[in-house]
Amino acid sequence: MATHNVQTPIPGVFYRRPAPDQPEYAAPGDVVAADQTIGLVEVMKQYAEIKAGVAGTLVSFAVESEATIGPGDVVAVIETA
Amino acid sequence: MAIEVIEPGLATSIQDQGRPGYYNVGVPPSGALDLYAAAAANALVGNDPSAAVLESAYMGPRLRFTDAAVVAVTGAQVPVMVNGDEVPRWESFRVSAGDELSFGFLQAGARIYIGVSGGIDVPVVLGSRSLYALGAFGGFEGRPLQAGDVLPVGSGQGTPGLRVPDALRPEYPKELSVRVVLGLYDYRLTDEGMSALIDKPWQLSPVADRIGFRYSGNTLKWKDRKQPFGAGSDPSNITDAGYPVGSIQVPGGVEPIILHRDAVSGGGYAMVGTVISADMDVVGQSAPGTQTRFVPVSLDEALAARAAYRARTREMLAALS
Repeated sequence: MATHNVQTPIPGVFYRRPAPDQPEYAAPGDVVAADQTIGLVEVMKQYAEIKAGVAGTLVSFAVESEATIGPGDVVAVIETA
Repeated sequence: MAIEVIEPGLATSIQDQGRPGYYNVGVPPSGALDLYAAAAANALVGNDPSAAVLESAYMGPRLRFTDAAVVAVTGAQVPVMVNGDEVPRWESFRVSAGDELSFGFLQAGARIYIGVSGGIDVPVVLGSRSLYALGAFGGFEGRPLQAGDVLPVGSGQGTPGLRVPDALRPEYPKELSVRVVLGLYDYRLTDEGMSALIDKPWQLSPVADRIGFRYSGNTLKWKDRKQPFGAGSDPSNITDAGYPVGSIQVPGGVEPIILHRDAVSGGGYAMVGTVISADMDVVGQSAPGTQTRFVPVSLDEALAARAAYRARTREMLAALS
């Protein structure tokens, strides 16, 4: 067992949904694939997808949806098998 | 000599000291949002300060050099790597053919400048190599960089190991003051509205690009009036007027926007003040979440600050010559 911190490379506002009327990309407890999107960061009117980066179980999100985050901030923790 | 773009970063463009003189026909000055850092990146690699450099917002690119060159990275605080090994910022270093330049996560500031000996040699448009993305001209093919682009580099001689003295390296704090000259429409604010503008900090939103920097936090109150002919119905509307670079407009009384070097040249929002030229680099290096206070100064103070800014640039250039 190891944990992987998912970091954002860019600053901006973090979102857990692709749009306000759509479901969250992922929730704690979900099994995620490495290339799976778990959130979005909005900056300069652009939305960048944040990928899980590793396969495993999403343990928790480290920031609230719509929080302002900075480069390198941990947004989620994933436990790898 | 060329630079291959492996990964472009989030928004990387070619910029120089800008394209002044065409704002009257709607072409903004463009150029580096942090002119000091761009001039330093050039001086470090033996270029004229007006040569073209790469400007990256928030996230650095990954680049490969086809030939040996002297390179320098200035601006935002960020780990800089050549072939994965960290190299210093604000200091020139040599790269060999095939070397890769990459970046870690930004720690402070917002924009990275990459100078290379010889300068980025794209065509000059209206006196400048700067990209103006809204106009789709300047820079590399009139657009931000994309993976696979091959950027031509001029011939130049740089010296590795040159460094900007510590005292001449700017810091990029998360809380800052930006000096403004009030006007021309500040008389439209109530006393309470003026207090909201200058007595409380604003927070930079993620809507911050080369065109404008949008802040949130307070609400401005406007004096009642019958809107003049040609003005929109919102109290923040005016009959169209020219927008100075650095001017602060406040659509709807919420979210002031500082226009930066790619802004439109006019429109119908009241400008409550203008950021002084000496502080525009500081605005350009602000990242979302930066707490910003607008501090009113007189025009004489603004001119003194401009003179001090220019003297500091001359001192930096002299230290590297």
